[in-house]
Amino acid sequence: MKARIHITLKNGVLDPQGKAIEHALGNMGFGGVDAARQGKYIELDLQHSDRAKAEAEVDEMCKKLLANTVIENYSIELE
Amino acid sequence: MKSAVIVFPGSNCDRDMAVALEKITGQKPVMVWHQEYDFPEVDFIALPGGFSYGDYLRCGAMSARSHVMKEVIKRANAGVPTLGVCNGFQILTEAGLLPGALMRNANLHFVCRDVEMTVENGDSMFTRNYEAGTTVTIPVAHHDGNYFADADTLDRLEGEGQVAFRYNDDVNGAQRRIAGILNEKGNVLGMMPHPERMIEPALGGTDGRVLFESVLHTLG
Repeated sequence: MKARIHITLKNGVLDPQGKAIEHALGNMGFGGVDAARQGKYIELDLQHSDRAKAEAEVDEMCKKLLANTVIENYSIELE
Repeated sequence: MKSAVIVFPGSNCDRDMAVALEKITGQKPVMVWHQEYDFPEVDFIALPGGFSYGDYLRCGAMSARSHVMKEVIKRANAGVPTLGVCNGFQILTEAGLLPGALMRNANLHFVCRDVEMTVENGDSMFTRNYEAGTTVTIPVAHHDGNYFADADTLDRLEGEGQVAFRYNDDVNGAQRRIAGILNEKGNVLGMMPHPERMIEPALGGTDGRVLFESVLHTLG
């Protein structure tokens, strides 16, 4: 089973790298971008076959290491 | 005063910290590698600056989960004075010993220069030899020193006297210009500026020395 994890900065947390991307896109002539937010994508290959167990474990991994919940949100997709 | 300096792969201020501690306390600190599960009993623990684990995932994230940190967390919670400087501060927040997080500097620049900051709390074991309200000059060298916490946490830190140092000018975008914070008990201090680099006139000043002298004064 594969877990795909998206980690994004919470709303209201300043994302200076996202801002720089947004400005660079503007400088390149892409006029239609109102905002850019940068995040992380992590893919895990899991041994689990039990979906519920896998989900609970990946959630735990996110809370304990993969995301810093002071500043970040995460979402998990299993496949 | 017996002290320990915790060394992670990628720490680069560990020797500066060791030199400062030896000069000021008269005793050579024990250097503890991150894979150790245990280390000798000490009166003071220092987490030095650097780029431990190459700042992978988030600054301090990997180090905070290393073997030695389980022991550091146990001892800090039991009251052992613990100082984290720069990457050490990032590790303390990632380990949950201090609230908040250190993010990329708001202007994206690596900032490396002497900065002025105000001693906000002159009563803690780390700051009692300073006078509250004094401006001190200590160097910073970081890319991720932009302190963030939610408004309630910031209010609590201010209300409880847990803000130890505040930059006089905006240095990195830190909320309320926070440069260093204490835990609730006052035995854990995390700060971005490097006091170990300001311990004698030949290094540009002695404002950092006072911090270590405060701890020495407290512990006797």
